[in-house]
Amino acid sequence: MPGSLILSTLLFAAAAFFLGRAAARPFGTGARSRPVYHGALLALWVALPGLAVTVAWALAQPALLDRLLLAGLPAGSVDAIGTGGRALVLAQIHALAEGRALPHLDAVIVEAGARLSRWREIGRLALFATVAATLLVSFLVARTRITPRLHARAAVERALTVGLVVCASVALLTTVALLVALLRETVEFFRLVPPAEFLFGTNWDPQVAFRSDQIAGTGAFGAASVFAGTLLVAAIAMAVAVPLGLLIAIHLVEYARPGTRAWAKPALEILAGVPTVAYFFAALLAVAPAIQHAGRALGLVVSPNSALAVGLVTGIMILPLVSSLADDALRAVPQDLRQASLAVGATRAETVLHVLLPAAMPGILGGVLLALSRAVGETMIVLMAAGLVATISLDPLGTTTTVTVQIATLLAVDAPFDDPRTLAAYALGLTLFVVTFGLNLLALRLVRRASRTDAS
Amino acid sequence: MTSLPPPDVRRDARRRRRRAVDVWLRRLGAGAVVFALGLAGLMLTAIIVASLPALTQTTVRVDFEIDPTLVSATDPAAGDFRAIVARGAAALFPDAPPAEASAAQRILTPAATRILRQEVLRNPDLIGRRLALAVPAAGPYDQLARDHVDRQAPETRRQLDDADIARFDRLTADGRVARSLNFGLLFNGDSRFPEVAGLAGAITGSAMALAICLAICLPIGIATAILMVEFAPRNRLTVVIEANVNNLAAVPPILYGLLGLAVFITCFGLPRSSPLVAGMVLALMTLPTVVIATSLALRRVPMAIREAGFAVGASRYQVVLHHVLPLALPGILTGAIAAISQALGEAAPLLLIGMNAFVTSVPHGVTEAATTLPTQILLWSESPQPGFVARAAAAILVLLASLVALNGIAVLLRHRAERRR
Repeated sequence: MPGSLILSTLLFAAAAFFLGRAAARPFGTGARSRPVYHGALLALWVALPGLAVTVAWALAQPALLDRLLLAGLPAGSVDAIGTGGRALVLAQIHALAEGRALPHLDAVIVEAGARLSRWREIGRLALFATVAATLLVSFLVARTRITPRLHARAAVERALTVGLVVCASVALLTTVALLVALLRETVEFFRLVPPAEFLFGTNWDPQVAFRSDQIAGTGAFGAASVFAGTLLVAAIAMAVAVPLGLLIAIHLVEYARPGTRAWAKPALEILAGVPTVAYFFAALLAVAPAIQHAGRALGLVVSPNSALAVGLVTGIMILPLVSSLADDALRAVPQDLRQASLAVGATRAETVLHVLLPAAMPGILGGVLLALSRAVGETMIVLMAAGLVATISLDPLGTTTTVTVQIATLLAVDAPFDDPRTLAAYALGLTLFVVTFGLNLLALRLVRRASRTDAS
Repeated sequence: MTSLPPPDVRRDARRRRRRAVDVWLRRLGAGAVVFALGLAGLMLTAIIVASLPALTQTTVRVDFEIDPTLVSATDPAAGDFRAIVARGAAALFPDAPPAEASAAQRILTPAATRILRQEVLRNPDLIGRRLALAVPAAGPYDQLARDHVDRQAPETRRQLDDADIARFDRLTADGRVARSLNFGLLFNGDSRFPEVAGLAGAITGSAMALAICLAICLPIGIATAILMVEFAPRNRLTVVIEANVNNLAAVPPILYGLLGLAVFITCFGLPRSSPLVAGMVLALMTLPTVVIATSLALRRVPMAIREAGFAVGASRYQVVLHHVLPLALPGILTGAIAAISQALGEAAPLLLIGMNAFVTSVPHGVTEAATTLPTQILLWSESPQPGFVARAAAAILVLLASLVALNGIAVLLRHRAERRR
C-alpha cells in the first residue's frame, strides 16, 4: 500500500513538473529562472510533503494501533501475564487480522483481531485521503507562488545540496552502523566471556557452550587457535603471492616486450575480477586433491582440506592485486633513476634489484599489506576447511579454520540473537575489522607516500 | 707456483656472472607469468571439464496414459498423477512381474510426478489421451548411462544391482534412452534431485539483488563523489568522507553480512533470504567502488571546462550537471562495471543473511526467499551427490558468462559515451 502511494505521489510530482514548466513559459526573459526550474520546484513542493506524510504514517500506524488494541482489551486480562504475554497476545491478534485461523483463542482476542483488521482498513482509507489532500493543497499553494519574480533555480539548487549531503552521509552512516553493530554485540559477548580469555584462550568449541547445563564462557570461546589458523593461511597465501607477484611485475615493467605486456596485463586484470566462489570451487575440485596426491606420493599424510591448499588458492586469488600494485609502484619510479643506473653500466637485473626495488619499496609494501588484508578477510576459499575443530597447529598439511569461516558457520544456524554463538561471531567480526582496518590504514599511508615522492 | 689469471679474464668471468643474473631474473619473471596464467587456465579447464556432465541429461521416453478416471477434466489439479506415473513406468516392462514395478519406477526421477502434472495442467486436452514424455533419469541411472558405473564391481559396492542394470540396458536397447541438452539447468528451480535441479531461482534472485544494488549504490555513490569533488573544497567533512570511503573499500565483505544481519534483518525486521536485503547489503559493499571511480573521473575533467561554464554565468549545478558529469560518464561507467562484477560474484555476506537457503520456487517478488548464483554454487558444490558437483561447475560457467555479458554491455555504453565527447 505505501509502495503504490509513493509511486502515485511521484507520478503526481512528474505532472506538477510539466504544469510548472508550462506555467513559467510565458514569463519569457523577464523571469529570474528558466521554466525548467519552476517545474522542478513545483514538483519538489508536491513530492516532499506527500512522501513525508506517507512515511510518517507507515511508521506510526502499527505502534499506535497496538496501543489502542491493548487499551481496548478488558482490564486485567493482559496485565496479569506481563510484557512477554502482551507480545504474545499482540502476535495472536495480528495473525487473526491477517486472516490466519488460530485454534483455542479467547473470544476477547478474536474480537480484537476483527477490530484490528477493521482499523487497518480505516487507516488505509484515511492515509489515502490525507495524502491526496496534502498533494492537492501543496500543489495549489505552490502554484500561486510560480511568478516571474520567483528565484526558482536557487531554491532547487538548495534542495539538491541537501540531497547530496544526505547521500554522502550514507557512507558515514555505514561505518557508524558497522561499528555500533559490532561493538554492541561484542560488549554483550564480553559479559559472558572475559576478553582476555577470548583473545588468548586456546580452546575453541562454540557448540559446547550451547548446552543448557553448562555455563557459557567456561573456556569454549578461546579464539587464539582461530587466529593462528587465519595467520597460517594468510602466511601461505603471502608466500605464494608476494614472490610471484613481484616477479610478474618486474618482468612486465622491465623485461617484457610491449606485445607481451599488451595481453598479459589485461589477462591478470580479468583474473582479479573472477568471483572468489570460482576459486573456491577450483580449490575443492582440483587443487586440494592434487596436493593430497602429491603428498601421498611423497609418503605424507595430507588432509583433504589442508591449510596448504587453502593458502595456495588464496595466494593465487590475491596474486593479481600484488602484481598490479607492484607494477604501479615500479612504473612510478622516475625514469632518470633507471637511465642513470643503466648509463653507469649496470645490467637490467642490477638496476631492478639495487635501484628500482628500493625506490619503489613503500608502494610495494603498501600493496603487500592490502593483499594481506584481503587474504585475512577472504571467506569463500577458506570455507573449504569449514566445520572443523580449531587447534593451534602450524602444520600446513593438516586442516585449519579461520576467523571468516567461524563467523560464517556460527551464523549459519538460525540461533536467537542473544545466543553466545551469535555474539561470538560479532566479536570475531570486530577483531577482523580492527586488524584489516589497521592494515589498510598503514597500506594507504605507504601507497600515498610513494605516489607523493613520485610527484615531487 | 700458479699465477693469477690476467685481469681481463677475471673481468670476463665477472661480466658473465652479472649477465647470468640478468638472464635468470628474466627467465624467472617469464616463468612466473606463465605459471600464474597457466594455473588460472588449468582451474578454468578443470571447471569446464567438471561441468560437461551437467550440460546434457539422460532421459527415458515413457508413454503415460492420462486416464480420465484418475485425472478429471473438471479439476485436473486434484488428479492422481502418482498412479499414472507408476502405471507408465510399469508399462515400460510389460512382461515383468508386478512386484518389479517399483524398481522400474526408480529409473525415473522422483520429480516425474510433478513434471507430468505441470504438463497436463498446461495442456488439459491431454486428458484421456496418451502422452509420450522424455523424463529425466534418476541420478544413479544417469551415471550408468554415462559409463560412470563399474559393472564389474561387486553388487554390494554399487548403488544399482545387476537386475537394475539389466533393466536399464533393456530400455536402452528399446531406444527409449536418450541424451539431450539440459535446458532444465537454466529454467528449473532448485531441487533435492540433481537431475531436475536448475538455476532459474538463483538467476532471478541474482538479477533482483543486482538491480536493487545498482538502484541504490549508483545514485548515492555518484552524489557522494559530486559533493566531495565539486562542492566541498577540502574542508573537514570531505576529508572525513574520503578517508571513510577508502577504508570502507577495504573492509572484508563478510563484515557487510554482519551489518546486514544486525541492521536490516534484526533491527528493521526485513525478511531473511530475500533479494531485497541482499541487494541492500551488496549496495553498501559496492558503494565505495562507485564513489572512488566517480571521483577519479570527475577529477580528470579539465578545470578549463568548469571555468568556461562559470565565465558565461552558469551556476555550479549547471556546470556540474550539464558539462562535467557528461564528460565524466565513461569513467563513471567503469565504476559501474566494477560494482556489477563485485556484486554479482560475492557470496560471503549473502551467507550471513540466509541467501544459501534451500528454495525450490522461483521468487516473484523482492521479499520472497531466494538464492543467488554464487550462494547456489556453494550449496551445490557441498552436496555429496555427483550430479550436483557438475551442476555447480556449470553454474560457475553461467556466472562467468553473465559477468562477461554485463561487462560487455558496460564497455559498449562507455564506448558510445566516449564517442559523444
